[in-house]
Amino acid sequence: MSHAIRADKFLLDADRTTWHDETLWFVREKRDRAVYAVPEFQELRELASQIKNHTLSRLDLYLQEFEAAAQANGVHVHWAADAAEHNAIILDIIKKQGATRVVKSKSMLTEECHLNPYLIQHGVEVVDTDLGERIIQFRDEAPSHIVLPAIHLKKEDVGDTFHTHLGTAKGESDPQRLTEAARQHLRSKFVAGEVAISGVNFAIAETGAVVVCTNEGNADLGVNLARVHIAAMGIEKIIPRLTDLGVFTRLLARSATGQPVTTYTSHFAKPAPDKEMHIVIVDNGRTQQLGRPDFRASLKCIRCGACMNTCPVYRRSGGHSYDFTVPGPIGAILSPNIDMKKHASLPFASTLCGSCTDVCPVKIDIHTQLYKWRQVLGEANEIPASKKWGMKFMGRVLASTRVYGLGGQFARRALRLLPHGLTHAPSFNAWAVARELPEAPKQSFREWYAKQPQPAPQPQSQVPA
Amino acid sequence: MKVALFVPCYIDQFYPQVGVATLQLLEKLGVQAHFPAQQTCCGQPLANSGCERDALPIYKHFVNTFQDYDYVVAPSGSCVYHVRKHFDKLDQTAEVQHVRGAAYDLIDFISTVLKVDALPGAFPHKVGLHLSCHGQRGLHQANESEMTPVRDGQLSRLLRSLDGIELTQLNRNDECCGFGGTFCVSEAGISARMGQDRVADHVRNGTQVLTGSDMSCLMHLEGIVRRAKMPIKVMHAAEILNGVLASV
Ligand code: SF4
Repeated sequence: MSHAIRADKFLLDADRTTWHDETLWFVREKRDRAVYAVPEFQELRELASQIKNHTLSRLDLYLQEFEAAAQANGVHVHWAADAAEHNAIILDIIKKQGATRVVKSKSMLTEECHLNPYLIQHGVEVVDTDLGERIIQFRDEAPSHIVLPAIHLKKEDVGDTFHTHLGTAKGESDPQRLTEAARQHLRSKFVAGEVAISGVNFAIAETGAVVVCTNEGNADLGVNLARVHIAAMGIEKIIPRLTDLGVFTRLLARSATGQPVTTYTSHFAKPAPDKEMHIVIVDNGRTQQLGRPDFRASLKCIRCGACMNTCPVYRRSGGHSYDFTVPGPIGAILSPNIDMKKHASLPFASTLCGSCTDVCPVKIDIHTQLYKWRQVLGEANEIPASKKWGMKFMGRVLASTRVYGLGGQFARRALRLLPHGLTHAPSFNAWAVARELPEAPKQSFREWYAKQPQPAPQPQSQVPA
Repeated sequence: MKVALFVPCYIDQFYPQVGVATLQLLEKLGVQAHFPAQQTCCGQPLANSGCERDALPIYKHFVNTFQDYDYVVAPSGSCVYHVRKHFDKLDQTAEVQHVRGAAYDLIDFISTVLKVDALPGAFPHKVGLHLSCHGQRGLHQANESEMTPVRDGQLSRLLRSLDGIELTQLNRNDECCGFGGTFCVSEAGISARMGQDRVADHVRNGTQVLTGSDMSCLMHLEGIVRRAKMPIKVMHAAEILNGVLASV
């Protein structure tokens, strides 16, 4: 199923689409205000981009440095080539503890690896402790945004969900009361948690510590109450030195939500006495992307979600229309790397307006990469055959002045003569679903021009041969 | 100065008056532009659809057509952006490099090359400016809201210089209209919705005449305006500026 078909489903509810669009635009505007207030913001972006470029160029070395430092801190380091290994390693750690209750803070990597269903299948209770994550976990849905996972839901939807799962009053939609219900519920889960799983926002090669950024403090609560902490990180989360971190924390929260900094920026370097800390370092397709020069820069992503908030297509189609863990413009670059066939329509789910590129705090050339993916997909025959042949035909027509002129005349005449109902039939003219075609003029510009007195003679060549 | 006029295929076929206005405006500004009759298209529709390879003959045809001119001026930022940015797929001969550097959007040409920032004349209407993404973010013809709160750009400067004109303050200054070339067909639902939202912003804020320097965005917005029978007139900036200059 293509992005367009899933998007059309979302669009059917026009009011919800409006609300979704406006809510995310509100976040984008908040981001703008936070960014305008930092005069050196563009220099910060450039610095962050260069640090990431540098790190990616020596990723193997920094990962080894990180591993050695973490081990020296008494942390167990594991390496996972793919999602299956990641899941197996985590289950193994939990099993060795004889544990069955896991509290998890938000991690897109564990989503990407489908860790929850895997653990549940193996008899482990997993509770997502981020409020948004918990809501969609109750509803058995995927996150629709990487920072705001339940942004597709209104407070009334949350009220219904909590009524079913937490026994709140029917029709309750007061955010305060709903949050309080979630807080009470989660508290019992935190206290019972034996193992805490967290994501990683930044991993510092120099110190071997991982940094987790949240606004709810749920990662800290989970980790501090549980016996064991497992941090799951993609290989691209590395930054070289502790002093680099400030560049990214200044960019992350401003770009994500317009806050100066996340409420909690927690460093986890070593286990507390009598406790264990594990770090699982995951590849899962990342080295493959690293090996694609045109798309390597996508690994600079710090998952702030700004490109989603700004994307006019994302705002109107919802995150689920991308059918990939990371939706929006950056997801449309990451997804074909994983499965070109399945995600072939995503790089086309963009007008290439470039707003994503301008908003990205680490200066990923997002819309350029989307354009490049289109070429890769075209060459790999992963675009619809009708389009492919249509474009081939157009190529012939537009490379020839004569054929082009005749074709234009014919088309305009047809447009003028055919009845409106035919030229605007939605079944074969997608343009006409919501738009009038331009009125076809009697003569083209070139026909008009040919009848004018010709003043300028053909100029002589200006170019050195 | 030898200037060629590039009239993109859809303007040639559907909006000849925009080509005429461009030509006449340039003339009034002292530039005699020539229209090489063998021109067709820049190849963008194919390349944006993932068929860059099929577009190469069109690129070559474009270079052959325009290589003998100092400047190639077009009333469409997105075609110019395509020539500048994506003709990197050709062997970078002297001709190719020359044509890529010589391609200018009309308003960019007036501002940067002719160094004209203000025009005499009056246009006493409430005018809404549609900033096209390729012109704004691609060719840097206007400030981006992602970077700065200051709203400024080549076309808004030119328009602001006209007597009696009032520029609409939009809620979303530079949101994309949703045209996106073949996107408007392959993702017709989202494209239409984006266009409707864009027009609604103008209606809400009182636009009487909707203008811009990229006819492709305007074609899409005009289609929406006409379907919904909204009381907005859509004109390419060349039509406004040319009309204004004729009256002085
Ligand atoms: S691509 Fe850039 S804007 Fe998008 S989530 Fe990643 S860092 Fe943020």
